[in-house]
Amino acid sequence: MNKHLIDYTLHLADNALILGHRNSEWCGHGPVLEQDIAITNISLDLIGQARNFYQYAATLLNAQKVSPPAGGGDLEGAVTEDNLAYFRNSSEFKNILLTEQPKGDWAQTILRQFFFSACQIYLFDKLKESKDEQIAAIATKSLKEITYHLRWSSEWVIRLGDGTEESHDRMMKAIILLWNYTDEMFLPAEYELQMLNNSVGSDVTLLKESWMQKVKEVFSEAGLTIPLTSTMHTGGKEGKHSEHLEEILKELQSVARAYPTATW
Amino acid sequence: MNKDHQYIIPEAFSDEEKKIWSILEEIPDPEVPVLSIMDLGIVRNVILHQNTPPAGGDRGVEVVITPTYSGCPAMDVIAMNIRLALFENGFKKIKITTVLSPAWTTDWMSEEGKQKLKEYGIAPPNPRQQVCNNDLFAPHEAVQCPQCNSYHTHRVSEFGSTACKALYQCDDCKEPFDYFKCH
Repeated sequence: MNKHLIDYTLHLADNALILGHRNSEWCGHGPVLEQDIAITNISLDLIGQARNFYQYAATLLNAQKVSPPAGGGDLEGAVTEDNLAYFRNSSEFKNILLTEQPKGDWAQTILRQFFFSACQIYLFDKLKESKDEQIAAIATKSLKEITYHLRWSSEWVIRLGDGTEESHDRMMKAIILLWNYTDEMFLPAEYELQMLNNSVGSDVTLLKESWMQKVKEVFSEAGLTIPLTSTMHTGGKEGKHSEHLEEILKELQSVARAYPTATW
Repeated sequence: MNKDHQYIIPEAFSDEEKKIWSILEEIPDPEVPVLSIMDLGIVRNVILHQNTPPAGGDRGVEVVITPTYSGCPAMDVIAMNIRLALFENGFKKIKITTVLSPAWTTDWMSEEGKQKLKEYGIAPPNPRQQVCNNDLFAPHEAVQCPQCNSYHTHRVSEFGSTACKALYQCDDCKEPFDYFKCH
C-alpha cells in the first residue's frame, strides 16, 4: 500500500512540476505582457501544487525510514521535497508525456494547458473525497486554482481557433502534435489501480467521458476538430520518457546537483 | 477593540496567549505590507504546548498557518518572520505548521483589512457569492476603483503582479489598479 501511495503522490507531483517548468519557459517571452504574467502565474500555482505533493511524499518516505537519493537529505539525513525534485533521474519521474513536450508556440502551450486542466479538474474533484486526508486537502486547495487555469485556457483555445487564418492553422497544428498524448491521462498505471482499490485515487478511465465532452464543447465554439487517430503515446507514468524530459531535468536540476550542500 | 475585527482575542485566553496573538497582529504580509497576516486570515491557530519533550521546561509555541495560493512564495518569508518576532519576544521553542484544509478563502479577510487595502490603492475582494462565475467570457466583476470610487472599470487581465491579484483599469479616472481577487 505505502509504495503505491508514494508512487501515486509522486506521479501527481511530477505532472505539476514538469508542466509548471515548461510554462515557466515563457517568463519574459510571452506574446504580450498580461499573458506573460498569466502563464507564469499558472506555473507558480502548478509548482506550488507540486511542492505540496512532494512534501507529502517526503513525509511518507521518512515514515518508512527510506534513505534520501544520493546527494540529498537534510541535516538529519531525512528526505526533503527538494531531494525528490532535484535528485531523481528521468526514469524515476512519473509525469505523463504530455507535460514534458516542448512549449512550442503559444497555440501549443495553450492547448496543452487546456487538455491538462480539463482532466485535472475532474480528477481533483474526485480526489476531494479521497480517503487519504492530505491528498484530499491538496486537491481541494488546488481546485480553486485549476478553475482559473481551465477558464483561461478554454478562452484562449476559442480565441485562437476562431481568430485569424494564421491562429486557426496554428491551433490545428497544435492539435495534431498533442492529441496523441491525451489518452495516457485515462490509462491507469499500476499505482493508480492500487490507489483506486484503496479509495485513495479515482478511476481515471471514467474521467475520459467528461474530458471529451469539455473538449468537444470548446472545440465546437473554436471551430476546431478532433483528429482521427488511433496511435497513442504512453509510458510516462511508468518512467518511460521521451528525450525531452532529460533536457528539462538537465536544466532544472543542474544547480542543485552541482552544489548539493548549498543553502539560500 | 474594533467590533469588525474578525479575530477578537477572547477574554478567556491566558496573558501569554494574548501576547502571542498581539505579536502576530503586528507581522505584515511581505507582498501586501499594509495587511497583517491576521488581516489576511493566514494564521489559523496558536497552540501553547506544556513542557514539550525532549527538552522540557521552556514551553513550546506552535503557530498554524495556511497559504493563500498553493505556490504563494511569501509563505517561507511569513514563517521566518513569525519565528523571528516570537523569538525577539522571548519565545524560544517555536514550531510553524502549515495546513491546507480548510482551503483559504478571501472570505476570511477582516473588514479592517479590506478597508486598509482600499486606502493603500488595491481594490478589496468582492464577497464570494457575488462572483466566481466560471462561464467562459463571463462579464467581468464590477470592481470599484480605489482611487475615485467609480464602478466604471474594466479588467485588463485576470492575472496580476501576484497570484492573489487581477489587473483593472478605471474608465473614469483612467488609473490602472490591482484588484485582490475573490478566491
